[in-house]
Amino acid sequence: MNDINQNMEDRIFDIFNYLFFTLILLIVIYPLYWIIIASVSNPSFVNSGNVVFIPKGLNFAGYERLFNYDRIWLGYKNSLIYALSGTAVNLTLILPAGYALSRKDLVGRSFFIILIIITMFFGGGLIPTYMLVKNLGMENTIWAMIIPNAASAFNIIISRTFFQSNIPDELLESARIDNCRNFRFFVSIALPLSVPLIAVITIFSAVGHWNSYFQALIYIRNADLYPLQLILREILILEDVSIALTDPTASRNLEERRIIAEQIKYGVIIIASLPVLILYPFLQKYFVKGVMIGSLKG
Amino acid sequence: MGMEKQLAGNTVTKTSWGSNKTIKRIYMNYDLYLLLLPALVYFIIFHYGPMYGLQIAFKDFMPLRGIGESPWVGFKYFERFLNAYQFWAILKNTVFLSLYSLVVGFPIPIILSLLLNQINSRRFQRVVQTITYAPNFISVMVIVGMVLIFLSPRNGIINQLRALFGGEPIFFMAKPEWFRSIYVWSGVWQNAGFSMIVYLAALTSIDPFLHEAAVVDGANKIQRIWYIDIPGILPTISILLILNLGNIMSVGFEKVYLLQNPLNASSSEIIATYVYKMGLQRNQYSYSAAIGLFNSVVNCILLVTVNFISRKMGNSSLW
Repeated sequence: MNDINQNMEDRIFDIFNYLFFTLILLIVIYPLYWIIIASVSNPSFVNSGNVVFIPKGLNFAGYERLFNYDRIWLGYKNSLIYALSGTAVNLTLILPAGYALSRKDLVGRSFFIILIIITMFFGGGLIPTYMLVKNLGMENTIWAMIIPNAASAFNIIISRTFFQSNIPDELLESARIDNCRNFRFFVSIALPLSVPLIAVITIFSAVGHWNSYFQALIYIRNADLYPLQLILREILILEDVSIALTDPTASRNLEERRIIAEQIKYGVIIIASLPVLILYPFLQKYFVKGVMIGSLKG
Repeated sequence: MGMEKQLAGNTVTKTSWGSNKTIKRIYMNYDLYLLLLPALVYFIIFHYGPMYGLQIAFKDFMPLRGIGESPWVGFKYFERFLNAYQFWAILKNTVFLSLYSLVVGFPIPIILSLLLNQINSRRFQRVVQTITYAPNFISVMVIVGMVLIFLSPRNGIINQLRALFGGEPIFFMAKPEWFRSIYVWSGVWQNAGFSMIVYLAALTSIDPFLHEAAVVDGANKIQRIWYIDIPGILPTISILLILNLGNIMSVGFEKVYLLQNPLNASSSEIIATYVYKMGLQRNQYSYSAAIGLFNSVVNCILLVTVNFISRKMGNSSLW
């Protein structure tokens, strides 16, 4: 009797649970899906609320304008450069430091760790940092996009934890018998054993660089150096409609121009998110692992 | 070379500062220091450097005289901030926004992961995870762009739905009373899924035997969530709660700044955006640095206090 009751309760629970998560999935997917269908629909249907489940009046005018808008591609190129070089710099600072700090025989280890951890909780803040970067002559150069964020304390701590629990001491001992120096041990033994760690830091750094706009907002004035996110800002947030004018055949009619500007927004959202969303399925197995590495030691 | 090997072998054990051994050990591992050096230089220049620059918060910064030579003015700029007519509004906005985020954004991932953990189909579980994690990787810029599109008074979906039921369109972004909800719930949409990861991991580490025993005793799923799962992930919850409480005063700049406009400023102006405007748009370096310092000191005090209380109550502590 008891058993049957329990089964009933659990079954009802399960039904609601499945329904609940189906609803959650819809809530997450629909906005993204809508942007996709709106970007390829006739803008006047979108405007009048007739595009709900499927695209209506297939129309690629928005994408056409985007492809002809050089600033988008310049921004794309800049963002790619910033993301690639920024990530490379992140890796070359974070991994070696994490490894060195994982070694118990490093004299002064806890001092260095505290020195780094303090920066997670306290810092100079926006203005002193800005003044420093400016005084170093980095303002309006690619360096401002890379160097002020060259390493993250959190990632160093994660790497240290990873090396500590994944590179057995015996390995180091035997390498020493073969007269292997620390540097070579790090490069040819520790690193090859740390693929998940490297993958995780690469992913989060690259996505972080690609998505951020703050650095560029404060350090970059020269529009030729703008990353994609700042171009997006002009189109999405500041509602700069000049892009709708790039086409000589564009209508002089203000209303029509506004409608096209709307469609351009949908398209630009897709174009900007595409690289990350294409890579996403490949990244997935790594970032779950990454959060685990991070949560090993809060 | 032989010496080196031997030394390395027996120095792994003990540290004694100042002794000959320590110096030898440092020398032995000089290449470890080389590995650490770039990061160390970076932290000293770009994190401790600005801490040195923070002195301008107590000075009248004059660009021609530089940081070191500008005259000291004590707490002038702190007083100016505390007496500024926007002070209470900005403080209130910062704290409210962050409390609202916490009250809504903190429990939702916990509830979601407890429920998701009860889904029997591994496949369905994985589908939910894959899809709900994805928005986390979309940029703030795109998220805010989408918010503006969906809430547009002209043709946004929300207002079209309202019109369907005979409602008047609302210009959400122009209403200060809507700002916080927009900020918080778009954040939930973007991050709640991804925040589940930690809790799901904690849930998998709960001994399955506990669940089996509970089933034998006739506990249903809700009871098992309540009596096994929640206590099991409580340490994780409390650590994350401490961290979040300690960060009450540091609402991120990026999203607020993008959602902000002159019409909703009365509820969207927070410390971070105010520091940006005063400092980089109006070039009041000293004033802005003082506000930033005020903010991070309050933050540190909060974090230490919360951690202290938690430790006193016998719960988890960060250190």
